[in-house]
Amino acid sequence: MSVIEVNNLTKYYGKARGIVDVSFDVKEAEIFGFIGPNGAGKSTTIRLLLSLIHPTSGSAKVFGKDVVTHGPEIRRDIGYLPSEVYYYEGMKVIDLLKYSASFYDCDCTERLHKLSETMELEMNRRISDLSYGNKKKVGIVQGLLHSPKLLFLDEPTAGLDPLMQRKFFDLIREENTRGVTVFFSSHILGEVQRLCNRVGIIREGKIAEISDIRSLQQNNYKKVRVMAENLDPAAFNLPGVTNLQTEDGMVHFFFKGDINSVLQKISGVQVNDLTIEEPTLEEIFMHYYE
Amino acid sequence: MSATIYLYELRSRLKSVITWSIALVAIILIFFSIFPGFADQAALLNETMSKFPPALLAAFGLNQVDLSSVLGFFSFIFLFTQLCIAIQAGNYGFGLVSIEETDLTADFLVSKPVSRAQILNSKLLAAITSLVITDVVVWVSSIAAFMLFNADRPYDTHTLILLLLSLLVFQLFFLSLGLVISLLVKRVRSVTPYALGLGFGMYVLSAFSGLEGVSVLETITAFKHFDPNYIIQHVAYNTPLVLLDVAVIIVSLAVSYWLYLRRDIPAVS
Repeated sequence: MSVIEVNNLTKYYGKARGIVDVSFDVKEAEIFGFIGPNGAGKSTTIRLLLSLIHPTSGSAKVFGKDVVTHGPEIRRDIGYLPSEVYYYEGMKVIDLLKYSASFYDCDCTERLHKLSETMELEMNRRISDLSYGNKKKVGIVQGLLHSPKLLFLDEPTAGLDPLMQRKFFDLIREENTRGVTVFFSSHILGEVQRLCNRVGIIREGKIAEISDIRSLQQNNYKKVRVMAENLDPAAFNLPGVTNLQTEDGMVHFFFKGDINSVLQKISGVQVNDLTIEEPTLEEIFMHYYE
Repeated sequence: MSATIYLYELRSRLKSVITWSIALVAIILIFFSIFPGFADQAALLNETMSKFPPALLAAFGLNQVDLSSVLGFFSFIFLFTQLCIAIQAGNYGFGLVSIEETDLTADFLVSKPVSRAQILNSKLLAAITSLVITDVVVWVSSIAAFMLFNADRPYDTHTLILLLLSLLVFQLFFLSLGLVISLLVKRVRSVTPYALGLGFGMYVLSAFSGLEGVSVLETITAFKHFDPNYIIQHVAYNTPLVLLDVAVIIVSLAVSYWLYLRRDIPAVS
């Protein structure tokens, strides 16, 4: 079952482009990564799904219901962590969390305290006294405390130290194993790679690619590095080879196609060292942005 | 309507309500306390004032006022009360949704499971409650002032009640107008200048309409719709103008709802 269905969703801010003709599906209990550089339309997409803004054309459904007409109902089961967290400055952390909890029909007190403990939140401090990272932690607890079925995380790790990031990822994985669907937007590919099952790549407001994270890595390029004496790089100028470079007697290149053609070439050479590996998402990503 | 939002809004406006209330009580009581001493010489003052250029008197709302009568004297104080209330109501109107947007907390609120209409209902109701609390304070202190400082001169209670009740509609005018303007302009960065501008602007319009005699200008300002001199002289409201006032309120609120339900919440920029 699809938790999110987006059909030809388009948003213009006056004449400025938000997103154009975006379509994708997110299945139940998957972690969907949404990758793109700043200004590509990641936040616009999330804000449309939360009906913070209204689409210019196209439609979107969450839990099978239209986001424009059934907003309040849908948002009962949504947790949202915005990329920039801003809360009522005069409030104490605990008061803000209680205020947030009061919007939902649940007794979230126990969960509230458990989550705050995990994220090491100081409950009696004022929001205005918190650092950026600490505000982000408030955002995480606030987004999770009503046990939502769908989580929107908009660049959630910015401002968190590596230790907190790991705790946060563990938390998200734990939620996910309980069946929570996660929509994870980021421009940091490493973290998407660590967490997500599928990714959508958005570029200048348009979807460039939607793919399984494994097939994105497998079906595409291999990174080949060959170290040998008196190696002629030109020998590897085969069809399917890109980015051919020589460095300290090592030849490296990306290859897409039948790997045997490369292996045949290599077998004719006295090789000192050889690696064939999957490129990182970073490297694939650069390819989409070339 | 969401009780959660209503209570939050009420609490966050508490300090402002207390401040305005104290200021208004002070204005009314201190001003009124000079009446007993003043009343005896008022006849003299009335005579002196009649020599002033009528335009100047009109600008201060003093052209048809008998300062030696309790109600006449009160009408002068009441004008100041109206001005304060106009600024307060305008302030709440302009800030109703714009403060959350400038502080960027609107994302938090709108992503909760509440509809836009519920948000606006709760916020409006909380603002109106705050204004009514201020009214009650004004009512009580005005009546107390009348009882304490009337210098044994007669006054008509019915007129007084008409004056005091007019505040309810008067402030809705500024609340709804402030709200609709805040939704029409692109972004309200600071609420107070807008509220001061609207309050004083409307007051000045009313003052100038006194200069020109009957003019088109007076039909748009709530200070004329609820002109204390008119109410005292006629012991009644100026019905056509009050209806116009109510029409402005209804149109402003309708347009506000229409705009807010379709509004794109501005993102961090």
